[in-house]
Amino acid sequence: MAKVVIDPVYCKGCGLCFAVCPKGLLKTGDKVNAKGYAYAMQENEEQCTACKLCAIMCPDAAITVYK
Amino acid sequence: MESVYQRSKALSAASTSFCPGCMHSTAVKLICEVSEELGIQDDLVIMAPIGCAVYLGVFVQFDSFGAPHGRPAATGTGFKRSNPDVPLILYQGDGDCASIGIAETLHAANRGEGFTVIMINNQVYGMTGGQAAPTTLPGQKTTTSQYGKITEDMGDVIKLAEIIASFNAPKYVTRQSLHTPKNILAAKKAIKKALEIQINEGGYSYVELMSSCPTNWKMDPKDTPKYMEEVVLKEFPVGDLKG
Ligand SMILES: Cc1ncc(C[n+]2csc(CCOP(=O)(O)OP(=O)(O)O)c2C)c(N)n1
Repeated sequence: MAKVVIDPVYCKGCGLCFAVCPKGLLKTGDKVNAKGYAYAMQENEEQCTACKLCAIMCPDAAITVYK
Repeated sequence: MESVYQRSKALSAASTSFCPGCMHSTAVKLICEVSEELGIQDDLVIMAPIGCAVYLGVFVQFDSFGAPHGRPAATGTGFKRSNPDVPLILYQGDGDCASIGIAETLHAANRGEGFTVIMINNQVYGMTGGQAAPTTLPGQKTTTSQYGKITEDMGDVIKLAEIIASFNAPKYVTRQSLHTPKNILAAKKAIKKALEIQINEGGYSYVELMSSCPTNWKMDPKDTPKYMEEVVLKEFPVGDLKG
């Protein structure tokens, strides 16, 4: 069991995490944060392996990885 | 479930003022992670530059101070000589470090001042609207080179890391990049090594971090890693140059 949690306070929706996810689980969500950015979300959580690549890539330290 | 990667405690609660996808944020994150791993987050002092990172002190938990544009190396020399035991990072943009401040940068490196320079090379003057810098690539379009940079008029690319590595005094000189997870981990290792050298044996270290500026490059942040890999790193190869 693994998952990532994206903090809407810090995510700016840049999308740098999308391409580094080996399973392609990250995408732009349909909600907008206080700054007006459509922040990222994870889908198909059960496929996440907690490889941490998205969190390492995230410039804004918005991603927490759980295992 | 347990967290295996979380926000560094050395980062403040504030969201950074950098644009979406700007790798300045990545550099600040790495400095915070390293300070936590070395247990120096209460001692470290960081010099915020004039440029996009001018509010740096707001994003981190440790102390910071500023200097006029281009003069961190001069101000930092005074600070470090009067506080030799305080670990000091000069955080500078390429315009700050390699253009207006190149004299201060080179003399401080040649004197072997005891601080670590972390230079964010995004190939433009970010804060003022993307003008060409000495690091701008030949042919690159910027607001002051609208048809592409002509080296005959504007000068060739200045590779600061290579110049600094030619001096005797610097203990560690490296160029790393922030465009892939693998490069980010290597950059983190380099920042850690530079600070360990500063703390354990003293002396000058220089870490250049190849970074993006999606706003002034007029590029989707998602396309910047590919452009950096295929174009930027051809001009600015990554790796250790000294030490
Ligand atoms: C003495 C002086 N000259 C010019 C400026 C205007 N200025 C502010 S930031 C900047 C460029 C910063 O570019 P860089 O150092 O590459 O940092 P970035 O914003 O790209 O991170 C300039 C020219 C200034 N503030 N002070």
